[in-house]
Amino acid sequence: MSQDFRLDNIGMVNRNKKISFTFNGKKYFGYEGDTIASALIANGVHLVGRSFKYHRPRGFFGVGVDEPYAILQLERNNERDPNIRATEQEIFEGLEVKSVNCWPSVNFDIGAINNFLKMFFPAGFYYKTFMWPPSFWYKIYEPFIRMAAGFGEASIKHDKERYEHKYEYCDLLITGSGPSGLASAYAAAKNGARVILAEDKPRYGGSLLTSDVNIGNQTGIEWSEKIITELKSMSNVIVKNRSQVFGYYDHNMLVMSERISDHLPKTQKYLPKQRLWYIRAKEVLISSGSIERPLVFGNNDTPGVMLSSAAKEYMKVYGVLVGKKPLIFTNNDSGYETAIEFKKNGVNPLILDTRKEPSSDIISEAKNLGIEIKFSYVVVAAKGYKKVKSADIAKISDNKKDLSNIENIECDCICVSGFWTPSIHLASQSGNKSEFNEKIDAFIPKKSKQKENTIGSANGKFTLEETINEAFDKGYEVSNKITENNNKVSIPTVVEKKSTEHDKFWCVPLPKGKSYKRFLDFQNDVAVTDIELALREGFRSIEHVKRYTTLGMATDQGKTSNLNGLQLVSDIENKVVPQVGHTTFRPPYTPVSIGAIVGREVGKHSKPTRKSPMHEWHEKNNAIFVDAGVWLRPRYYKQGNETLFEASKREAKNVRKNVGVCDVTTLGKIDVKGPDAAEFLNRVYTNAWLKLPVGKARYGVMLREDGIVMDDGTTTRISENHYHMTTTTAQAANVLSHLEYYLQLVWPELNVNVVSTTEQWAGAAIAGPNSRALLMKLFPNTDVSNEGLPFMGYKEADLFGFPAKIYRISFSGELAYEVNVESDYGNFMWEKIIEVGKEFQIQPYGTEALSTLRIEMGHVAGSELDGRTIPHDASLEGLVSKKKDFIGKRSLSRSAFIKPDREKIVGVVPLDKTTSIPEGSYIVKDPKAKLPNPKLGHVSASCWSVEYDNPFSLAIIKDGKNMIGQKLFAMSPLKNKTIAVEIVSSHYVDPEGKRVRA
Amino acid sequence: MLYIFCPHCGLRSQNEFAYGGDATVKRPELNKEISDQEWNNFVYLRKSPRGKHLELWHHISGCRQWIKVERDTSTHEIFKTYKADELTE
Ligand SMILES: [Zn+2]
Repeated sequence: MSQDFRLDNIGMVNRNKKISFTFNGKKYFGYEGDTIASALIANGVHLVGRSFKYHRPRGFFGVGVDEPYAILQLERNNERDPNIRATEQEIFEGLEVKSVNCWPSVNFDIGAINNFLKMFFPAGFYYKTFMWPPSFWYKIYEPFIRMAAGFGEASIKHDKERYEHKYEYCDLLITGSGPSGLASAYAAAKNGARVILAEDKPRYGGSLLTSDVNIGNQTGIEWSEKIITELKSMSNVIVKNRSQVFGYYDHNMLVMSERISDHLPKTQKYLPKQRLWYIRAKEVLISSGSIERPLVFGNNDTPGVMLSSAAKEYMKVYGVLVGKKPLIFTNNDSGYETAIEFKKNGVNPLILDTRKEPSSDIISEAKNLGIEIKFSYVVVAAKGYKKVKSADIAKISDNKKDLSNIENIECDCICVSGFWTPSIHLASQSGNKSEFNEKIDAFIPKKSKQKENTIGSANGKFTLEETINEAFDKGYEVSNKITENNNKVSIPTVVEKKSTEHDKFWCVPLPKGKSYKRFLDFQNDVAVTDIELALREGFRSIEHVKRYTTLGMATDQGKTSNLNGLQLVSDIENKVVPQVGHTTFRPPYTPVSIGAIVGREVGKHSKPTRKSPMHEWHEKNNAIFVDAGVWLRPRYYKQGNETLFEASKREAKNVRKNVGVCDVTTLGKIDVKGPDAAEFLNRVYTNAWLKLPVGKARYGVMLREDGIVMDDGTTTRISENHYHMTTTTAQAANVLSHLEYYLQLVWPELNVNVVSTTEQWAGAAIAGPNSRALLMKLFPNTDVSNEGLPFMGYKEADLFGFPAKIYRISFSGELAYEVNVESDYGNFMWEKIIEVGKEFQIQPYGTEALSTLRIEMGHVAGSELDGRTIPHDASLEGLVSKKKDFIGKRSLSRSAFIKPDREKIVGVVPLDKTTSIPEGSYIVKDPKAKLPNPKLGHVSASCWSVEYDNPFSLAIIKDGKNMIGQKLFAMSPLKNKTIAVEIVSSHYVDPEGKRVRA
Repeated sequence: MLYIFCPHCGLRSQNEFAYGGDATVKRPELNKEISDQEWNNFVYLRKSPRGKHLELWHHISGCRQWIKVERDTSTHEIFKTYKADELTE
């Protein structure tokens, strides 16, 4: 297979390694080191996609990150990757890519009819066209837009690839390995700084790869190779290619995405696909270079029209000709370099220079090579639909307003150069307010905002000598500031051809009677007429013009379009560009895959999983687990074909009848120690704590300062100055922070320390009428009688040789104990309880049975203490001290909190005693009332009462106390259920609390 | 991501900290009679200044100390950090 556009003796691709790939199902080949773009161009393929709005044919416009057109969809190792720039993606064996934005095919695209319906797609068409009639939206507009929109299809499968995150710290981060990046990295590294040098392309060297220069008696390429080799060998330097620094965040945190495996057929073992680097740099040198600006003329989006620097790079780096009859259209000397390169490779270009009589070394060289040049000439319009076939060119008057001598000449590509735009994105992201530089008609960074400096062409320095000198100096200066070393390397001499000034002209006027589309934004199809229309319609702020026309809002972030758009606005408005201002640059500089952003934090790794020491036992005994925060807790233990409902009923019943054991390790536990501990607890909890004796536990409620219940739990006085506090599983971390806040900031005079001991203790709640009998067998040497260990008592005991703590507390409302041992003995404890408990018909119970038991007892939990309730709402007013002050007390006397008809906790039983009430149901008086039906409150928790064998719910309703005995309705619009209910006391079972004290 | 100097641990990334609100708020003393308005101001009213602001951060994944951070709310510049009991300027 021959490659018609491949040159033989030039380029850096590996000719010894052929690689085949498919594009839109057709097989092509290229060489190792080719991008999709270079390989396709080598094969003469220029039509790769369709534009976003008009579906006009799209080819290649650039050679790197700036590419607005060639966005493809990639298939690699059975994974789909959308939004791939063909100019960046390297080819590998078996690569499959296809066009996006075209249906049914890139050659015949139905959407191209949009091109002939242009009147429907003016600026702001999103806001105008698809408004009426409203009924058209779902059936016609939306499906149409959806089919036409987007840059490829995201995979809906789970991504099997691995992405990693890495945190790195360095003295100096340098973004870009062009001449300024290399020189500054070298100077800084030699001065002892820890340097990271990042290059987004596979090859280092930036513009040195393509320019005809000499540094220190070496060619640019030789010099860059030497510097890179030396940098790589230094232990204080990290050099990364295929790595894009895409975001500059606060406090010199930069984020870089490294494409480790994207250029390989398959991710290698032990390597991720991509790695995201979070780099905290002491200093940053932005050496991200500059991007050539397009010139604007008729049909300037036709495939074959591309940046002249891209054409040069395709030749010099890839050995590929973008055309054999090139037309170079330029307003500066850069176009000449491309023309000279064509000429050297046996192709005769024609240069159209907008300038009248420029003269420089480069122009002379072109003349000497016999290249044909037309001065004061412009391209009026490209001709050809899917590829440039010819161009209408014309002489332009000195005032750049009138065209004459229009003629059509044959050509197969048009290489444009409208001078250079510094890539100031990172500097701008850092907060640097840029300033407009008249000399280069572009913005450059102003005063450093963070610890950043911009160097080289990113800073508007367009000669190599200036760039190299500045970069060596900056590299030394910055490293000296950090390392205080004084090792200065000598700056090599630079030989380059001198160039002359560029022409400020950039937009070719339309010839009389012609209405060619002249595009500014190639990715979003924004043409000159769109901007004109937006301004006519009254849009003035550049930010508004941008959003209305979508100029610069595509995935290329307007890398090639922003400045021309600003120029146009300022021309029409008769302003200068700085008055118009420019829009804000935001990260990411280039698209970043979601996988890289997420990293390893997917699936079960998205949060830590905490397991109790008894977890394995639960697993072996058919526990079905439920997430409780980050904990895994047994929800129920399945026997045979039991359902959740059946199992939880069995487990709860067994607690009420015999004895059950529940893993309560997850409860938050906090040690509170110090001579002022009692005083502290007295301020934290709503009830009194000063007189709690050693060896006793007390239930407490703590509030936020706004009076809302924050958490509840029991706290036990272990010794004189030592308390063991328990919190709910969910609030454990918040309560600790809360306590620390008051101890460190509000009452630092209190001599108290708090520390989390949640992980130190394994806990088992033993509940049920048989629990004391079981305890007597577990702790034969300890007096656990009602007198020896009364309700809310605490004892230390010996569990078969291991120290244990017994708390006589109850959540289930039954006679119950909580036994704690050090975590390492948790499983031993559990197995002993089960073993010894056999004769008492012990069964383990999960969170579902636990809920049932607490609901029918009217014990509140998270669903009642939901961040809206004060103690009185949850019938906890008995725990609120009137005598002493505590956190949040003053709020309780606010008018809304003392209203007599505040919502209060009640019990709810369906009249038919069979229909369960969905949680979240509304309680209403009249189910048929006019909407919105006034609601009295809501159902917070529901269960099947095992005591009475009928459904029971807790609800929080207005004036709850006085509603008891009333017949109301529970409505669940979500489940489409209306249930007649009776309001009862929330203490449905054992309201006197006899059992816990038995 | 901010880089916060913890007076106990040194420079640490923001993701080790939890934000704790306005550090200039002073809780009324216990057992003191105060008006609804005063209490309301303490619980709910916060200034949201653009510019220099003294705020609380909790070094939750570090030393667990609450610290005071003087930060510019619009530029995120951090001028100074203080221990909880340190007097601020
Ligand atoms: Zn700390």
